[in-house]
Amino acid sequence: MAVQSCVDVRNEWDIVSARQLGRDLAKDLGFSSVDQARITTAISELARNIYLYAGNGRICVEPIEEGNRRGLRIIANDTGPGIQDIRKVMEDGYTTSGGLGAGLPGVKRLMDEFAIHSTVDVGTEIHITKWLR
Amino acid sequence: MYSTINEVIIHNRSSIEEEWKSQMLQFKEDERELTSVTNDVYKNSNTEFIDNLLNHVLDGQDEISSDLQDFFERTVQIGWPLSYVTKGLQLFRRIGLKTIVNKKENIDGIMDTFEVFDRSIDTLYEKIVTYSTQNWKDTISVQKKALLELSAPLIPVFESISVMPLIGTIDTERARLIIENLLDGVIKNRSQVVLIDITGVPVVDTMVAHHIIQAAEAVRLIGSKCILVGIRPEIAQTIVNLGIDLSDFPTRSTLLKGIEAALELTNKKIETLS
Repeated sequence: MAVQSCVDVRNEWDIVSARQLGRDLAKDLGFSSVDQARITTAISELARNIYLYAGNGRICVEPIEEGNRRGLRIIANDTGPGIQDIRKVMEDGYTTSGGLGAGLPGVKRLMDEFAIHSTVDVGTEIHITKWLR
Repeated sequence: MYSTINEVIIHNRSSIEEEWKSQMLQFKEDERELTSVTNDVYKNSNTEFIDNLLNHVLDGQDEISSDLQDFFERTVQIGWPLSYVTKGLQLFRRIGLKTIVNKKENIDGIMDTFEVFDRSIDTLYEKIVTYSTQNWKDTISVQKKALLELSAPLIPVFESISVMPLIGTIDTERARLIIENLLDGVIKNRSQVVLIDITGVPVVDTMVAHHIIQAAEAVRLIGSKCILVGIRPEIAQTIVNLGIDLSDFPTRSTLLKGIEAALELTNKKIETLS
């Protein structure tokens, strides 16, 4: 298993380094340019959520292997306020910050697998995976 | 108390210098950033450094001497690592302590002498750290200004048609500038159509899209039209995946297509002279 690399997200510029990290790994693993764009955009969304709602957290990326499939997993976790109603944030158009409200449902559509775990007042952890085709 | 420390230093000056210099040479071997510095330059610099350090302690002043200040500023400006100075100070403190311990028998005397010595070095630490961080801060703020100047230019290309090429990451600060420049420029140039070119924007996530939509909406309010151009195929796919609705405003794949559309909107035509 290859090593995980992480970026701490505290300010807007960390979002840029987080997605650079993802883009580099995606390129190394041989993802197409469209998938690279999907992966970077997904990281950008998650990192921005950390920056906007939790204040600080971390984004990790790692190559994964399962049977004969290879892919890339992104783990975003924070110790922010947590999400009250997960079903609601997964709805298109729901926003608490005046944004487009397409972030999390959009991330789910960009990736192949999506898992979210959140506890109010403890934090949120999101795992997303993209498989190489 | 100063007299005792001066005594120790004056008596042992050459041995302190020698030991300090030889350890500093070792430091140069280990520090990658100093490999490009020639040995002669490095040795001269060390001689100046240790002379100034010893004089600083001998003077017994709380304030840093102008020679030493000069020396610190020069090392920062020529881009030597900060660790060169901090290593020099650490070594000086260590060697100084050793020398004081060797020469004095009375433990109280040692503690007092060392405290004086230690304090005078603390001042130097503070100075060099303040100076170099200030230096970095200045550099960053200059670069920030330069970046802002480049960040959102509005270029009039034809009468009533302007282009805003966006290159690089869009953050909140830049998004604000984009809207401001867009509105100012549209009014100043009396543009009827503005083309926003995002060829150089690496990632279009919901926030970037949101800012662009807001900018276009603001432009519409003052009576002009916005066309989004330079949408690369992979960006088009991620926008669709994200579920961002851009159906309300016109888009074109390239700047060229955008200009054609803008000419049409303003009832203009480019003709080849026969």
